[in-house]
Amino acid sequence: MVERNPVLNVLSHAVMWLGVAIVAFPLYLAFVASSHTAQDIVQAPMPLLPGGNLWETYKTALLGGGDGAGSTAPVARMMWVSFVTAMVITVGKIAISLLSAFAVVYFRFPFKQLCFWAIFVTLMLPVEVRIGPTYQVVSDLGMLNSYAGLTVPLIASATATFLFRQFFLTVPDELVEAARMDGAGPMRFFKDVLVPLSSTSIAALFVIQFIYGWNQYLWPLLATTSEDMYPVVIGIKRMIAGGDAANDWNVVMATAILAMLPPALVVVLMQKWFVKGLVDTEK
Amino acid sequence: MEKRVLFRSGWLPWLLLTPQLAVITVFFFWPASQALLQSLQMQDAFGTSTEWVGLQNFRQLFTDEAYLDSFKTTAWFSLLVAALGISISLVLAVFADRIVRGAMFYKTFLILPYAVAPAVAGVLWVFMFSPTLGVVAYGLEKIGIHWNHLLDSGHALTLIVLAAVWKQISYNFLFFLAGLQSIPKSLIEAAAMDGAGPWRRFWSIQFPLLTPTTFFLLVINMVYAFFDTFAIVDATTQGGPGRDTAILVYKVYYDGFKALDLGGSAAQSVVLMVIVIALTVVQFRYVEKKVTY
Repeated sequence: MVERNPVLNVLSHAVMWLGVAIVAFPLYLAFVASSHTAQDIVQAPMPLLPGGNLWETYKTALLGGGDGAGSTAPVARMMWVSFVTAMVITVGKIAISLLSAFAVVYFRFPFKQLCFWAIFVTLMLPVEVRIGPTYQVVSDLGMLNSYAGLTVPLIASATATFLFRQFFLTVPDELVEAARMDGAGPMRFFKDVLVPLSSTSIAALFVIQFIYGWNQYLWPLLATTSEDMYPVVIGIKRMIAGGDAANDWNVVMATAILAMLPPALVVVLMQKWFVKGLVDTEK
Repeated sequence: MEKRVLFRSGWLPWLLLTPQLAVITVFFFWPASQALLQSLQMQDAFGTSTEWVGLQNFRQLFTDEAYLDSFKTTAWFSLLVAALGISISLVLAVFADRIVRGAMFYKTFLILPYAVAPAVAGVLWVFMFSPTLGVVAYGLEKIGIHWNHLLDSGHALTLIVLAAVWKQISYNFLFFLAGLQSIPKSLIEAAAMDGAGPWRRFWSIQFPLLTPTTFFLLVINMVYAFFDTFAIVDATTQGGPGRDTAILVYKVYYDGFKALDLGGSAAQSVVLMVIVIALTVVQFRYVEKKVTY
């Protein structure tokens, strides 16, 4: 701090509290709603303090079978689908990117530049702009309503490849020379030197990709039609149907809390890597 | 940039590249080229016959009132999201930068929305603003504003902007904070010694030095508003009332999957591709060059 200025300090904290309030209010409200019965919430204004129906609501949400107008599928299953999807996307992306970045950085081979640009171009087009044809491909391959259909098309992007390429370029050449002198082949070098060195980058990428995978919406909306393959983010949308009073808003809000819990935990507990990942993937 | 020391092998690099190349060929290049082809074709209602129509899909698109409206909506929407998101986050970051005690606590809360899925954010905001049972709608009613985003398109646009900005605050905040913390302390101290107050120091030192960050965030926020907000729109207004909040991505989805107009939808995809590529080029050309100093 440059100078002592009590007024400015108080103002700083006031602004931060305001920011926290804006950010936290929707989350708090969701929690409060999830702790009441559906009838309590429909009476405007809804209560602003937690009620006593917490356990019941979450049980109904997780096991399904509530009496809302929309979908009443069990959220426990959706959470599992979301988890598997997010993990496959994350691990798949990291694995194939490590391999291809290794190839691009540590080998010289014909058409290297072409391969590099082919991968580079995929950075530019998010899945949103090519949904129609991608849907046709996935449906022709019979991959609708499967984990493969939910995940593989989203692995087709080069963010991670670039991150690893940038990192590999900073690894000192002496390490390769030393490894070679000790008689290590390329794969041995990759496994014993390069991957361990990349562990912080891998951790950072893991956080970002997990959130990316968990929060996907448009693609799962197209690739799944059966209720038992809905990720939770799709499931919550399907719970809302008809007029406002017809929905079990307490169950919907409980689902919202459950849906944001895993990525929120990842962000808060792995904050350091999260910030690193965010900054690195955009460079 | 190249490595001095390289491994030599004729087949290994190809083996290593195979998984990635296979995935991007099947799920990226093939669909993208199909989108290009389909945008030049027209199919009859049953998908039995296809004929080449050249640029007719595009001509139709740019004479279509609804599409031009959607363009306008998207432009307004992304402008509002970028401007609001960036200014709110900048204010928060500047004050957070001053704080020593409790900084971690505030930061932890402010990064939370990043973890919330856009669709879930949409559901949270629609719940608060629901005309019959929303808390905020109830409060607005009390001060004489009759909130109904199902009927009033201004209200609907406000709602999706608020939800989209709320979700993006974390991202902008973290980048601004990182930017502020990378400004050398000696600059600030020198200015303070010359008698510049906090207000003056912000406008003459911190704000100009943040220009690259701001410009970078501007591009990122535009891309975000264009593409990542589909889920927010689908969970809150579904493009309504009428088609008043149907942003471009929503319209691609609606025309392709609900109205089954493949050619038209593909042509829209191609237009979107051009927009993303343009934004990416702008980002690479200017952001790397550090705008102004």
